[in-house]
Amino acid sequence: MIWRFGLYESTFEPQWYSHWALLAILVLPIFIGLLGAFFTPRRLFPVALACLPILLAGALLIVDYLQVGLLRWQWDIAGVELSLRFNGLSGLMLMITQWVGTAAAMYTPGHLQLTNPGKHARWLWPLMGVLISALSLIWLAVDLLTLYAALELMGLAAVGMLLLSGKPDALKAGMRYLLLALVGSLAYLLGVALLLGYWGELDLKSLVEVVEPSPVSWVAAALIGAGLALKAALFPLHGWLTPVHENAWTPVSALHAALVIKASLFMLIMLWGILLPDALFAPRLVAWLGMLAIVWGGLIAWRAESLKTLVASSTVGQLGYLMVAFPLLLGSAVSPLPGALAWEGFWLQLMGHSLAKAAMFMAVGNLIIATGESSIKGLAGTSRRLPLSLLIFGIASVTLMGLPPSAGFTAKWLLLQAMVMTQQWVAVAALLIGTLLTAAYVFRVFRYSFDETAPRHQYQPLAPGMDLIALCLALAAFALGLLAHLPLALLQGGGA
Amino acid sequence: MNAAWLPLTTLAVSLVAAGVIFLLPEDARRLRTSINLLAAVSKIILVTLMVGRVSQGFEDTFSFQIVGGVEFVLRADALGVMFAGLSSLLWLCTTIYAIGYLEGAANRKRFFGFFSLCVASTLGIALAGNLFTFLIFYEMLTLSTYPLVVHSGTAKALAAGRVYLRYTLTGGVVLLLGVVLLYSLTGDHSFASERGLSPYLNDHRGLLTLIFALLVGGLAVKAAMVPLHGWLPRAMVAPAPVSALLHAVAVVKAGAFGILRVIYDLYGIELSVALGVTTVLAIAASITIIYGSLRAIAQQELKPRLAFSTISQVSYVILGVSLFGPFGTIGALAHLLHQGLMKVTLFFCAGNYAEELGIHRIDEMDGAGKRMPLTSLAFTVGALGMIGLPPIAGFITKWYLGVGAIQAQRYWVVAVLVASSTLNAIYFLPVLHRLWFREGPAHGKGEWPNEQCLGRMETHGWLLWPAVFTAVVSLGAGLLAGLPFSPLDWATRVAVGEYLP
Repeated sequence: MIWRFGLYESTFEPQWYSHWALLAILVLPIFIGLLGAFFTPRRLFPVALACLPILLAGALLIVDYLQVGLLRWQWDIAGVELSLRFNGLSGLMLMITQWVGTAAAMYTPGHLQLTNPGKHARWLWPLMGVLISALSLIWLAVDLLTLYAALELMGLAAVGMLLLSGKPDALKAGMRYLLLALVGSLAYLLGVALLLGYWGELDLKSLVEVVEPSPVSWVAAALIGAGLALKAALFPLHGWLTPVHENAWTPVSALHAALVIKASLFMLIMLWGILLPDALFAPRLVAWLGMLAIVWGGLIAWRAESLKTLVASSTVGQLGYLMVAFPLLLGSAVSPLPGALAWEGFWLQLMGHSLAKAAMFMAVGNLIIATGESSIKGLAGTSRRLPLSLLIFGIASVTLMGLPPSAGFTAKWLLLQAMVMTQQWVAVAALLIGTLLTAAYVFRVFRYSFDETAPRHQYQPLAPGMDLIALCLALAAFALGLLAHLPLALLQGGGA
Repeated sequence: MNAAWLPLTTLAVSLVAAGVIFLLPEDARRLRTSINLLAAVSKIILVTLMVGRVSQGFEDTFSFQIVGGVEFVLRADALGVMFAGLSSLLWLCTTIYAIGYLEGAANRKRFFGFFSLCVASTLGIALAGNLFTFLIFYEMLTLSTYPLVVHSGTAKALAAGRVYLRYTLTGGVVLLLGVVLLYSLTGDHSFASERGLSPYLNDHRGLLTLIFALLVGGLAVKAAMVPLHGWLPRAMVAPAPVSALLHAVAVVKAGAFGILRVIYDLYGIELSVALGVTTVLAIAASITIIYGSLRAIAQQELKPRLAFSTISQVSYVILGVSLFGPFGTIGALAHLLHQGLMKVTLFFCAGNYAEELGIHRIDEMDGAGKRMPLTSLAFTVGALGMIGLPPIAGFITKWYLGVGAIQAQRYWVVAVLVASSTLNAIYFLPVLHRLWFREGPAHGKGEWPNEQCLGRMETHGWLLWPAVFTAVVSLGAGLLAGLPFSPLDWATRVAVGEYLP
């Protein structure tokens, strides 16, 4: 757990350009977001151009990591030591964040033009920037307080983005989300206070050394776990997720499902790895809940009437796959090979889901804009007029179903192998049933869309690039599945 | 010298064709047709190249790593090239047929795009060099055929699509479980390795049997073995070219081919016999053969009758495999090709009757031989071949299967073969009788259900010539079975490779 999250001293100093790259990934998104609020871009191209330096900075960091191994920065600000680190996992998460973020940003101008968003829409840009910066900080932070600050910033930005549309439903969902996010933060903060009071450490690296199994660490882990699970919408704390996605703008939904909830999950795994190094019960509990999540999310999505509910509930089920892997990630009882397989499968699944879910939200958003209907039944007959949007939906859902040649499949393969090796047959069954349930709700969409007897509607044409961006995301999930060893090599690198 | 580009290019041809077709606008009919034909022809050329390479003793392999311990492998070996040859030849015929069949219909872009994807998956299945790669293309086939099955968009088609998915996706999940179990037992196991799985026999007998059951159970869904055959007759609502290609070649053969791979290249035939699974498989295949034939007799419509006949005929392949011996193997492999040729002919003809005359039911076929002589001749060749009459291709396989059964001293298999041939005759001969010897609308009695007069000849040329061509090839495969590179010759080469390494 210590080396997996890069909680050790680095061997070499980062190259000079890495400092600038670090600054760029943390500050540039906010800065460019503010610019966006002033200039309100109406085309895709300037957005892409503006995102380029951020992507470049992220790539530079990865290049540096490949050369010198773990990157570590330390500052002494007014007697408080602040440090950041960049390891392979941070690199992967940062890459996903930046690319999905860029895709969502490029999608936004077209979406705003076609949906008559209201006068506050320009503030979407800075909020998006804050969100990306906060996420980047979460992947890099190594102390509980920075993590908390970044988490809070991210949550507030997400709520802000939701409230922008100004619709009463969105306000209601947003306030509820805000309230729950605050409760989650509070639980997290209580846990942190407990740790600070007992061991007097906030830095994760020092915490690893002093923490020992005791009621204090258990209670703290429980508090932190509950808070983060609430924010990550882990079953059964997922109730707020569907209303949020139901009312959010498409790029906001895409960012939220792809990245925001993943950040809490990332922190959960990292902190539990530190606080509960030998845990047996807690990961099992999560795994059992995960199995329920797969079935429950699948069933809800299957029964869903509205497209967005379907996609949102599918997130609940997909998070279940990640939860089921918990016993293989945490605890010292896991033998090395299945542990490593599950570790790779977990992150691959997470990344694949991010790409595919963002693509799916965009495809669904396009379908809703084009048809003017948000229910699944309203799709009847769309296969003739909107084949591309449906195709994107299909490609994205291949990843969600975990069928080849997608990242979802490769991840499922790795997880299944790990579970077979450790003889967790119930988990195996849950994963396989998940595939079938996902297929059931995904193909429901196709069943309606292939209906040729439906009356013809007027379709609103889409802005240029809206389909293309989604297609690229969906295909990226395929590429990730076929070339999985390349990103996964980053996870293994730096394994001191 | 390893020409890694060869299997890769062969696969890429149809993938690229699919991509381009999706990019073209719906009304770019000429361009789409050209791309379709160009891809189909270049694929035949590439597969011919591969056949040449394999006969010179090369096994061109393309591979790259997916994750640690799992590779994506395409390998052109004798068995794979055999299936690839069949699918690429029939792809050309079916593409020509489909262009004629869908003239003026809606959603042709979607149809041809997924059609190409479907063929790409079939080719991937043929060339897959290990079980993981096989699984990738096997699932791709499931997904790419769904839009073809529901193509017409009617309630019936959509319901059939749902049933189709239920069967095939569940089968795929079972297969996945089997593959994962096998990989965690043995690691990546190439189809080319000579060892088989016998080193694991002593310690893991039960597990090996379980894995075999899972693998074959998953594959048997696509191979439409009883009782997992329910999707096939329903999927007959698809357009005729889909029925022809899917049910003669792609889907059902993918299942049968997968079972061949599992038995010959994964477990090894000796191990399968030692596990006792071949006997079970032989019994299951026999039940399927008899049951399919019995159900075929009961069908009143032409396409469902052909579908049940497919169920019955594909299991000949399985039956041949499970007879431990070279003759059974040769019969099985040759039947994989022969049945494809003959069944595609029959479906083309059924499609022609439906398009030209509106005939769907068998009792409407009276006297159609006079109105559509070439189509009916082709149908006759296909039907007689199915019954197993010399000199058509079907006779060869039944003969080899029979000899194989006697050599293996399983006399009840001979009884099954005889019974099945009799049943085939019972459901095909009345059709032929109606075609040629009854008087119907062509003789001035009554009217055709929906006569179209699509072309100068008996029907549209694009519909007619593929049917005639495949009929001639089925005849040729039987008459010229002794020549080099005939299906029988190639099957013998594969079988010899399996038994005399």
